[in-house]
Amino acid sequence: MPVQVGVVRRMGILSRMGLIVKTKASKLLDRYEDPREVLDYSYEKQLELIREVRKGIARVATSKKRLEIQKRKLEAQMEKLDVQARRAVEMGKEELARVALERKIALRSQISQLDGEIATLTAEQQRLEHTHGKLAQKIELFRARKEVLKARYTAAEAKSEVAESLSGISEEMADVGLALERAEEKTEQMSARAEALDELMESGVLDDLSVREDDIDSKLEELSASAELERELERLKSEAKED
Amino acid sequence: MIVRLMGEGQYVLPDEDVEVLNEIDNEIVRAIERGDEKGFEEGLARLIFEVRHRGEPLAGDILRPSDVVVPPEDLTFEEAKAIFTGEGIIPD
Repeated sequence: MPVQVGVVRRMGILSRMGLIVKTKASKLLDRYEDPREVLDYSYEKQLELIREVRKGIARVATSKKRLEIQKRKLEAQMEKLDVQARRAVEMGKEELARVALERKIALRSQISQLDGEIATLTAEQQRLEHTHGKLAQKIELFRARKEVLKARYTAAEAKSEVAESLSGISEEMADVGLALERAEEKTEQMSARAEALDELMESGVLDDLSVREDDIDSKLEELSASAELERELERLKSEAKED
Repeated sequence: MIVRLMGEGQYVLPDEDVEVLNEIDNEIVRAIERGDEKGFEEGLARLIFEVRHRGEPLAGDILRPSDVVVPPEDLTFEEAKAIFTGEGIIPD
């Protein structure tokens, strides 16, 4: 026995939500005189929706891959900075080591932000895959039932059964539609951020940073050249003394 | 009764549990009315927890409308308010 809206004494979030979902199903049913038409129409819609879900999964996966590539790039940059910091320390240049480490730390926070985003998209992907599986199963049920209903159709006996099947599947579709929309919103946000980060890497702040990294490199080169010069000088001096 | 957790699936709960859900539902409404975002989030999380805890997942080979529909976990406060102004959150 379905619990009707009236059981919820106050128009709460549950009954509002239920109404939103049910209204969609009844609108669909009202649009057609013959329930057989609405069954076929709804089935078409279901197939359309499940195709959209598959596309949605692919989009989330692509977006995730992009973030993973960015993460690997940043990790490579971090390793480079680490090597530079070590070299600077070995040469006794603490200031230079400090600069390299500061940049490394900044990159680390970028990476941990990316980790969070990758985790969000992984969860969205899993959720959509789960949703896809459930919807596929419901569509199959609906397909079988609609053929049965159509075969023994008489307006009087079938209408309520049609309504029930249709409400069931409409609710499923509303749920899937919402899940899909939310996954896409998140994916779009992440893609926008990924794009911003790409731009940073290509031309903006992060690029400056890599130029400055090369600065660290050239400073380290200079330092090791001058160290070599000092060593040569010392060698010559000691040779001169020995003579 | 059958309860749908949006984004998750349907659960079967004993009819008596409707009281528990109503109670939390009322708290959510009050939280929204007084602009209490934290209260709203806690209420929704508790509602979802109770359904999962008290219910059994509905078998996949059953196609039935739900008696109660719970909005998705990540519903924002703004979206919740939109539900109450009748704007709805379900895409066409």
